[in-house]
Amino acid sequence: MLNSTDAAQDALKQARQSADWAGLRYSRETTRRREVRNDRPEKNESTLDEGVTCEVLVDGHFGYAASADVSAAGLKRAFERAITTSRATSGHKVHAFSLSARPQAQGQYQSPYQKKLDDTTLTEITDCLLAASRAMQVSELVVNRRACATTIQTRIDYFSSNGADTRQSFDMVDIELAATAVQGVQSQSRSWSHTGQFGGEAFDRHTLAEQARRIAGEALELLAAPNCPSLRMDLILLPDQMMLQIHESIGHPLELDRILGDERNYAGWSFVKPADFGSLQYGSALMNITFDPTKAGSLASYAFDDGGNPARREFLIEKGVLKRGLGSLESQQRSGLAGVANFRSASWNRAPIDRMANVNLEAGTSTLQELIGGVQNGILMGTNRSWSIDDYRNKFQFGCERGQLIKDGQLGPVVRNPNYRGVTVDFWNKLAGVGCEVSTYGTRFCGKGEPNQVIRVGHSSPACLFRGVEVFGGQS
Amino acid sequence: MNSRNFSAQVRPLFDQVADHLLGQLHAGEEATLNLTAEDSLYVRFNGNRVRQNTDVTQIQLALRLQSQGRTVEQARNLSGVVGTDCAAMIALLANCRAEIAVLPADPNQVPIANNGTSAEEFKGVLPAMQDIVSAVVTTAEGCDLVGLYCAGTMLRGNRNSKGQSHWFATDSFFLDYSLYDGTKAAKGSYAGSHWDASAWAANLAQTKLMLQLLGRPVQDVKAGKYRTYLAPRAFSDLLGMLGWNALSAAAWKQGRSPFKKLAEGEARLSPLLCISENFGLGLTPRFNSLGEVFATTLPLIEQGELKNLLVSSRSAKEYGLKANAAAEAEAPRAMDVAPGVLAAEHVLKELGTGLYLSNLHYLNWSDQVSARVTGMTRYACFWVEGGEIRGPINNLRWDESLFDALGPDLIALTSQLEIDPAVETYGQRALGGSRTPGALIADFTFTL
Repeated sequence: MLNSTDAAQDALKQARQSADWAGLRYSRETTRRREVRNDRPEKNESTLDEGVTCEVLVDGHFGYAASADVSAAGLKRAFERAITTSRATSGHKVHAFSLSARPQAQGQYQSPYQKKLDDTTLTEITDCLLAASRAMQVSELVVNRRACATTIQTRIDYFSSNGADTRQSFDMVDIELAATAVQGVQSQSRSWSHTGQFGGEAFDRHTLAEQARRIAGEALELLAAPNCPSLRMDLILLPDQMMLQIHESIGHPLELDRILGDERNYAGWSFVKPADFGSLQYGSALMNITFDPTKAGSLASYAFDDGGNPARREFLIEKGVLKRGLGSLESQQRSGLAGVANFRSASWNRAPIDRMANVNLEAGTSTLQELIGGVQNGILMGTNRSWSIDDYRNKFQFGCERGQLIKDGQLGPVVRNPNYRGVTVDFWNKLAGVGCEVSTYGTRFCGKGEPNQVIRVGHSSPACLFRGVEVFGGQS
Repeated sequence: MNSRNFSAQVRPLFDQVADHLLGQLHAGEEATLNLTAEDSLYVRFNGNRVRQNTDVTQIQLALRLQSQGRTVEQARNLSGVVGTDCAAMIALLANCRAEIAVLPADPNQVPIANNGTSAEEFKGVLPAMQDIVSAVVTTAEGCDLVGLYCAGTMLRGNRNSKGQSHWFATDSFFLDYSLYDGTKAAKGSYAGSHWDASAWAANLAQTKLMLQLLGRPVQDVKAGKYRTYLAPRAFSDLLGMLGWNALSAAAWKQGRSPFKKLAEGEARLSPLLCISENFGLGLTPRFNSLGEVFATTLPLIEQGELKNLLVSSRSAKEYGLKANAAAEAEAPRAMDVAPGVLAAEHVLKELGTGLYLSNLHYLNWSDQVSARVTGMTRYACFWVEGGEIRGPINNLRWDESLFDALGPDLIALTSQLEIDPAVETYGQRALGGSRTPGALIADFTFTL
């Protein structure tokens, strides 16, 4: 535990003697993973990840050193390393940054909850997971019944030599249920998740058991279902697939550090060019996309990013037109483009980069029934199970757990192995209907960066209708 | 940690903390300790300039406590100060005891055993931090180089209450990079334990040559089936999917394995294909988190037939199988593919007309039951006609069953093998990697 604010301030003062600016980010995160499989305990693991990122500005170059030794001596050593390394590399810096990339932020954040997460006992969590596992036992064909809950409690304190002082605390819950049904060589799975900034209220035994029973029944239904046909048809995506569609084909290509080329050796570049902002018709006029780290309960909500930039809701795409990129103050300095507060790191041992936080599709006016009613020949798909997109974020192929055919405005038979593919801008311009009921999902595993970082993101969306999409099934 | 002699500092720390902690166990309690640590410098490049540099020192210690048929595992960072870390781990032990008291029994618990003692240290000569950036960018002057340089010491340690003790230390570096010319790029990787300026220059020159080929006129290739050559790195990308449940015994038993048909004799692969776990490559320690030591080599696929799945002791206990010291994830850690007979200089001639792919990108199962994988082409990929490279292609999406691509459609493997060391750095630097030949495949399916 970082002993005191005084210790941080002393370290900053000392570092400031050799650097143009110094920042210190203390992070303490406890992750507890509980898993039950087939009514038996599978995992009970906890990790306490605690350390400090010491950041300096030397000759216009930001550099970092990270250490788990948060004593006064440890902070001093880490700052010395950051200064030495940054001085050695600053002659080859990619950009000469000014101090305006590190605002003098002050404030606090506590994620919302109804019941304190600390007040939920291991016994209560285990009981919920066992109830869910047992509820999935609807047939001997359901051979794998998995119920998993991860709770994460994070504290991030940020101080800087120019007066930043922010304290943020996050309580997060990620519950996953999955049922796999097997017959011969055939196998089908259904899953359900509940992920966000919640307290102990997320552990509702009745809800978990109900969802568990539903997905087990649907896994069985899929086992007996025909393969998804291969046709060009209308496609309705439910919110738990829209999440992935937004993430991969909107979130990543709009990251300014990708557009600036930082990711070209790993995740890739972007088809979006700086000149596209303000003019590119990214999608149909029904498409309104926001960056919103202020959305209560969403997994990636916060008050300040890791550079001290205050979080604000911003439109990225309005009526289908590209307006703003996902770029931190550093990326904004480099590109001259408007951005957002999204300078985030996975942990104390990584430097912050541009991440997407919560990226949402705003609600439209149609009910799901109205969307279905507007389809002559189509399919409804839900819950992602396969994802792949090219390094410029153009050509994608996504698969879902469950499909249901639509004929003449009515839902028809369930089909298994539903997939679809398309090209980003063409696909979003086929957006023909946006639902009025928004659901929020999140994932803890968005990968990016060199060195690699996984980070938490949230996505809210209603169901959406796309016209004339290439849909196909499996070979089996 | 005061200096950079990382292994020599961390090992005594580990032993002192372990001795103290294991000495506190009560009757009926058994425990295993797993240490992972690194002292690394990460430098990120863009446009042959430094984007970010991060110096990371981290030590993590995980305690697995078993008692009354229950298992709890808790991990935390160590500060490097013995007194502080002993106290922190004792607090963790108390937490574990409190959780064990309220958990149900775990019938698949693997008893803690003494699986022996081992120690391996691989010393390297790494460039001084002050010199490395100049060494990279001066050689690459005029290039649009983007990528990551990473260097330092990685440690793995394991102790348990039965007296087991393992230690693994290695000094290494990698420079994983791309060279860009406009929107076209060639991929390069220089890795090892002894930095050699002339070897780096030769590596870069080879990648520049590949980039030059990308200057030829772009070829318009439509979706369809093509005879395709996967260079070793691309073939390694494809075979990397075997680590996504395909060779896991637990995944097979739980209905989650894409190789279910292979495991149950309803499919077989090409007799040209032989895949083993080969710890003789020296890429990663042989011990797993239980301290079990893997055989030096174990055949996984032999002449197209599945010989062994990876079986952890937990899976063995649950499903009545024979364990083979696989890691908990039951994914290959040191995959080695036997060479074929196709000489590197004959690849283009044997390909004739079709696609030459240097790298693949963003792979995922698209239809698990038929072991179908989708992904993209990336970097230096060419259209070849009459055994000659005509020009680069625009990236294509492909979607192909491994039962076909590694089955009847596999025409030949090259005699030349390439090592593809792990360059993942999620949380910490990864160990491991694979060794693969190139592969010539008929009728590879491109869809978009």
